[in-house]
Amino acid sequence: MSSSDDMVDDKVKVEQGPNGGAVAGPIDSLFNLARKNSLWYLLFGTACCAIELMQTGGPRTDTDRFGMVFRPTPRQADVLILAGTITYKMASRIRRLYDQMAEPKYVISMGSCANTGGLFQASYSVLKGGDLIVPVDVYLPGCPCRPESLTEGLMLVQQIIEKEPWLKKAWGKVPAPKDPWPEESRECKDDS
Amino acid sequence: MTPEAIKDLLAAKLAADVGWNDELAGDPFATVEADKWHEACRIAKDEPELFFDFLRAQTGTDYPDDGSIEVVVHLFSYKNRHSFVLKTRVDRKKPLVQSVQDLWPAANWYEREIFDLLGVEFSGHPDLRRLVLPEDWVGHPLRKDYKEQDSYQGISTLRPGYARVEAGGKKKKKKKKAKTAEPKPEEPKPEESKPEESKPEEPKPEEPKPEESKPEESKISKPSGDGEDEV
Repeated sequence: MSSSDDMVDDKVKVEQGPNGGAVAGPIDSLFNLARKNSLWYLLFGTACCAIELMQTGGPRTDTDRFGMVFRPTPRQADVLILAGTITYKMASRIRRLYDQMAEPKYVISMGSCANTGGLFQASYSVLKGGDLIVPVDVYLPGCPCRPESLTEGLMLVQQIIEKEPWLKKAWGKVPAPKDPWPEESRECKDDS
Repeated sequence: MTPEAIKDLLAAKLAADVGWNDELAGDPFATVEADKWHEACRIAKDEPELFFDFLRAQTGTDYPDDGSIEVVVHLFSYKNRHSFVLKTRVDRKKPLVQSVQDLWPAANWYEREIFDLLGVEFSGHPDLRRLVLPEDWVGHPLRKDYKEQDSYQGISTLRPGYARVEAGGKKKKKKKKAKTAEPKPEEPKPEESKPEESKPEEPKPEEPKPEESKPEESKISKPSGDGEDEV
């Protein structure tokens, strides 16, 4: 957790008047405040980390209290959680899910397999890390990582969001992240 | 019936030599020539005293030293309560064997899997496609001499900074990054002060980050105790 000085929220000052409050601050912080508190993640898992992903949605860690709820479709999701071992057969499907998500979008690489291939990195069929196909924002170690860890990962995404110059980004003033697997280098058929 | 009696009956009905091995650990097994494969399986299934109505498993094994690939069926009879293992060998360079899918429909996917991973062709199979690997896969990975491709669909099959592990783990080249397998995005800060730059390591900690989020610390993943010791 970073210190509270970095938080954009602190720039928002509430002037208390006799008849109520007024807020002054950058418009970004208002957008980001709304965005970070409705962080919807895609309910999608490729292997056993998905069990911990389900557990994270349960009552003990209860990510609902941060506004994080799962969505069954990438069209409505903000965060793609790479939960589990990714095979090469699955790689193009995951990329398609990522492409179907609307901007702004974030990716969490959950667990050792999604980070580097993990336990299965000597296997012929396993992708050696999710960041070879999609740009990853947060890496979580663990095999699998515990629900507390995933919750923290989601909160790190919240921290990324709250520091983002959102208006600049919306106007295209911020360069897009480097795509590790751009469309021209994909050798897969479209229907794969 | 005992496995030996099954073998004898099978040999008599087949009117051909049937190999026999009960010395190895595990189930004793009979071997037939590849051109008698379907006939032997048909007898095993249809003969009332054998009546192997259940195909438990069908597998394949690569024997590069013998230049052959072995196809095995594990059979069980619900009626007669006995089981049996039947094998055949095909040439490794041109592996072709008759399909037994018409006898046991369960063989359909088994044979597709053997075709997928070992490259054995099954004549008479109605739908011989890869089962588990993608259609555009190159090679048959369970062959002992399989070499991993450098890339698949434009994705590198090797992580930057990693050495390839040889198949079978025989001559395992020094795997440089085995210890620090996790990409640690928190590294960049202390790394600049560190003088060590000996190995081509650090698989690219900063690459996949989106530029717009300036503060690096925000992406630090919490080092949660048990995360490091994978592999």
